[in-house]
Parts: sequence; C-alpha cells; structure tokens
Amino acid sequence: MDKENLIQMYYEMVLIRRLEERGAELYQQGKIGGFMHLYIGQEAVSTGLIAAREPRDRVITAYRDHGVAINCGISANEVMAELLGKSTGMSKGKGGSMHMADTSKNMWGGHAIVGGHLPIAAGFAIGDQYAGNDNITICMFGDGATNIGYFHEALNLAKTWNLRVLWVCENNQYGMGTAVDRASAVSEIRQKAEGYGMKNSRVDGMDVVKVHEAAAEALKYIRTEGKPYLLEIMTYRFRGHSMGDPERYRTQDEVKKWQEDDPIGIFRAYLAKKKIALGNDLDGIDAQVETEVQKAVEFAEASPEPGMDQLFADIYAEN
Amino acid sequence: MARITMREAISQALMEEMDRDPAVFILGEEVGVWGGTYAVTKGFYDKYGPERVKDTPIAENAIIGGAIGAAMVGQRPIAELMTINFGFSAMDYIVNQAPKLRYMFGGQFSVPMVIRAVGGGGRQLGATHSQTPDAIFAHFPGLVVVSPGTPADAKGLLKSAIRSNDPVLFLEHATMYQVRGEVPDGEYTIPLGKSTIQRPGKDLTIVTYCKGLELSMKAAEDLAKEGIEAEIVDLRTLRPLDMEPVLESFKKTNRAIVVEEGWKSYGVGAEIVSRIYEQAFDYVDAPILRVAQKEVPLPYNRNLEQAALPQVPDIIAAAKEVLK
Ligand SMILES: Cc1ncc(C[n+]2csc(CCOP(=O)(O)OP(=O)(O)O)c2C)c(N)n1
Ligand SMILES: [Mg+2]
Repeated sequence: MDKENLIQMYYEMVLIRRLEERGAELYQQGKIGGFMHLYIGQEAVSTGLIAAREPRDRVITAYRDHGVAINCGISANEVMAELLGKSTGMSKGKGGSMHMADTSKNMWGGHAIVGGHLPIAAGFAIGDQYAGNDNITICMFGDGATNIGYFHEALNLAKTWNLRVLWVCENNQYGMGTAVDRASAVSEIRQKAEGYGMKNSRVDGMDVVKVHEAAAEALKYIRTEGKPYLLEIMTYRFRGHSMGDPERYRTQDEVKKWQEDDPIGIFRAYLAKKKIALGNDLDGIDAQVETEVQKAVEFAEASPEPGMDQLFADIYAEN
Repeated sequence: MARITMREAISQALMEEMDRDPAVFILGEEVGVWGGTYAVTKGFYDKYGPERVKDTPIAENAIIGGAIGAAMVGQRPIAELMTINFGFSAMDYIVNQAPKLRYMFGGQFSVPMVIRAVGGGGRQLGATHSQTPDAIFAHFPGLVVVSPGTPADAKGLLKSAIRSNDPVLFLEHATMYQVRGEVPDGEYTIPLGKSTIQRPGKDLTIVTYCKGLELSMKAAEDLAKEGIEAEIVDLRTLRPLDMEPVLESFKKTNRAIVVEEGWKSYGVGAEIVSRIYEQAFDYVDAPILRVAQKEVPLPYNRNLEQAALPQVPDIIAAAKEVLK
C-alpha cells in the first residue's frame, strides 16, 4: 500500500471516531433518537476491509454502520444529517442510524434484523452471477449473527452455488451482553465455515494493516476461484452495545485493557515507525477532521426536516 | 393494593408464577445477565439462576421452537422475544406450529407456553423495529393473543396465561412500561378472553386495547369537558375475542369507533366493526369509524413517525364524526 492510501485510511479512522463522539453528544442532547450503535474501537475493521475492495464490489452490513458508510465514501454531512433525521440524509431521514445506504457508492445498507441481510447478500451474488458479473459482495455481520439460521442458510447456499461473497464476521466478543462462548458452540467463528467446506481465516482487527492484507488476500481468492470465503476479524467495541447499555456483562478492567490496543493509536505508531507520517502530520489530519465534523454538525442542524409529503413517498416504486 | 408500573406488574406476575410452579422457566435474548432489554426480568438471574432464566443465542426459531418442545413434554416455558418484530423470524413456530399441534394430533398433547413480546411504535426505531402487528397473530385459531392496557390487567392476565394449557402470545407496548396503576398484591388472576369496560359512558362506545386504551382514556377526558361521555371497552384479549361487553355497550350508545395502533387495513378494527354489523345491525345509528396507523412503514424521523401513529386528536375527531 502506498503512502497516500495509508494516510487515507488514517483519516477515515479518525473521521469515524470523531463523528461518532459528536453523535453520542447529540444523542445525549436528544437530537438523535432511536437506537444508535457506535463503531468506536472497531474502526480498523471496515477501514482496512473496504480499502481492499474495488469500487464495483458491493458492501452490505448490519446496523452498526456509520463507519462502513464513511469508508464507502458517504460524506460526514450525510451521515450526520441521517442521524438527525433530516431530509438531507442519504435515506432522507426515514432510516436513521441503522439504515445508511448509498448505492452509487456500492453501499447497500445497514440492516437491523440480526442476520437478516446475509441471504440478501447471497442474493446480490446470485444476481451478479446471473448477469455474468465477476464483482464481489462483501457482507459484514457480528459474532452474534452467526447463531441464527439466516447465517447458515446463506453460507450453505453460497458454497453450493459458488457465489462470490466475502463473509466478514466482526467478532467483537459480544452480541449485546452475551459473550461468544455463552452463545456459540464454537468460540472461533471461522470454524463454522469449515462445516460448509468454505475457505476461511482469522485476523487481528485492531491492526488496520493486517486487516487490509487479510481482506486483499480473501478477495483475490474469491476473484480467482469464483468461490465464497469467510474472514473472521477479531475486535472489540469500546462503547456499550447501543446508547443506554447498563454494561453489567463486562468489567471496566476488561474494557480498559482493550482500549490500550486502540486501533488508531496502533496505526499512528505504525506510520511513525515506518516513517510514513510523523506525529505532527497526523495531528494536522486530526485538526482537519475536527473541522469537517463540526461542519457536518452545522450542516445537519441547519438542514430541513423531511416534509409531510415524505410520509407516503417511496412506499411503492413508480410503475 | 399498590400503585406500581406496568413493568413492575409484569415482573411481579412472572416472579409469583416462578415461585409457585417449578415448571415455569424463562428463555430469551438478554433476559438473564442483562436483566431484560426493558428491565422486566431485572434481578431474576440472581434469584433463580441460569437454569430458570436462560440467556439464549440470537436464534428466534430455537427460542420459540424450543419452548414449544419443552411445553409439550410438561414444562411451562415463558419465551421472550426481544421485540415482536423478531417474531417474524420465528413465524412458522408462532403461527404454524404452536397453534396447530394439539388439534392436528387429536388432542394428544398441548402446548402450555407463553410468548412475551414487546411491540409498538413511537420510539424512532425505524420501520423494522416499530410494528404493532397484533392482528396478524390474532388471525390464527389455536393461538391465544393477549395485550393488556393497564398494570393490573397485565399482572392478572399474565398469571392466567402462564397457567393456561394453550400457547399464549402476550403483547406488551414499548412506551407503556412506566404507566402506573393500582395492582392487587399477591394472588390475582383475570380470565383470558374477557373484554371489560374501562370507563362508563352513554354517548358513544370506543372499542380499543393496549396503547389504544391509554390514548382513548385521554380523549375521553377531553370529550367529557365538552359534555360527551364515551364508554370505553378494552378487549384485553384479541383471540378468543369477547364481543359481549362491546355489543352491550353498543346497543346502549348506537355509535362506535375502534382505536388501535396497528395499520387499519385488515386490522382489529375491521374485525370489530364487521361483528357489530353482523350482530347488532339494528342498533347502528352512524357508520362506525376506525382510528389506526397510517398505511406506511414507520419512519425514523420523529415528526413523520408521530404523524403516522394514531393520536388523541384523531380519536376526538372520529368520536365527534360518529356523533354528528
Ligand atoms: C432477529 C433479531 N433478533 C434480535 C435482535 C436484537 N439485537 C440487535 S443487535 C443484537 C446483538 C447482535 O450482536 P452481534 O451480531 O455480535 O453484533 P454487534 O452488535 O456485536 O455488532 C441483538 C440481539 C435483532 N435486531 N434481530
Ligand atoms: Mg458482536
């Protein structure tokens, strides 16, 4: 990866972090409602992953989708506007935090039914296969989502029909308050792919460079072999499951220990060690992000609410 | 008698029944260590332990299907769906298995289970997480569908549901856990399948349940200030449906509206209105109106969501319309 791309990844990770920190503040002020799931701590996962895709590769994910949206190239303005339920959000304020999509960026949405989007991802690949396209669908989901039937039906189908899907399990060790070993028969999620004869691997998700390498390798395999692949990415969410999580299921010590492995800190150290960017340069990016997020908040707050005509718009397609 | 919240009333019913009958246990997502996502089972895990308060994987089919099996072999499971919206992921078990097994096998076994689920809109959770799909479930013979509107009813009906030998879907409303009311201490049951008058009146009948009851009570207060006395019939159980109090009230008032939170088309209102026309046509003095959710998937934006949900002024307007 060249310098420019590495710096771009750093910028995106910091942007996700700052955007969500501001989002959390706005939530406390009652300007954002509903469920909001923060990605803080997991930024290296989607950043490294999406950096390895070609623009023609489709991306679909669960409700923890702000980071993925940013990595796919959706603007901070639009993300913030959707969070505030404004008409300038990419889903016109009708989707909110959990439902960010922009098909022009090949981002096919955050989806709020756990595991529900996995068969849909298989469907993207069915559609592309049918059309003779050789692009890939990248489908992201949590560890908890691998315990629901949807996961198993989708993986079986993908392998049987040679669908070009990169299944990405973001193993952040918990599904809400349930630790992986309390809910899953196997503690390594990648083992579930073995049952379907699907190639798989596991990677450290706090290190964006490693994530990027693993993703690039998996995508290469799918492109050359024409078969699906499951990549398990080990990570940790620093915040609660969603806003207002009493967090009775884990200790503060455990959280602190993981926070020492901050993916942004790790990447800063890497960039300095490789003499790609010094602290000063990176501080400059941080400052630039600060301004961008501030502008996004101002944009979102100044944007109009969706009009009442929007209530009945987009229920059915125009025929 | 104590003045407690809906949440406390439901908690109390669960605890009393678990204390009474060792066959009763709870299973569902985040019911244990977390204490229930709506804090209904807070403290249960410590009190009863992981055998009786089972945290499940995210696997709705295994939760409901598993509860059916355990019920068939003699236990009394209470399966919790984190929200009724996730019930669609287990639809086969809820509507195609639980209600049919007894009948299909000539009464050889029964399915004494309760499915507790929270539903309802108004919390900006977006289209897939905000539904009030009660009518869909009430469509299926063999299933009992209960949805209380007061803390006392919640307690009394839940205790009866747990003791019932049939599968009962018990629907709670996400915005009503803080609603307070007088609730009898200790043993207190209300029979399933009995509607009741929640407010007497002579001018028109409002038929409703659950969230609709809360809204209708407010509307009735406002109407009373204008000299209009609405009688409110609370269905409490959607299946089997008890029309007696509805018909009795209607024969007195000759005018009615039905208030529900779900969509109007093919809804609870459609059923009630048809039955009134079928069973009390001679008493009809005005077209019976329905107040319900606008026919849209619920949007995230607060203003749009509120515009889609039935509101107190909608009830008042409908009441005045049937009185014209
Ligand atoms: C079918 C279904 N069941 C339950 C839920 C409620 N729910 C939302 S997120 C979640 C936990 C998911 O955990 P995981 O897949 O590990 O993703 P994470 O939140 O950790 O990113 C649950 C139980 C849901 N949205 N859909
Ligand atoms: Mg998880």
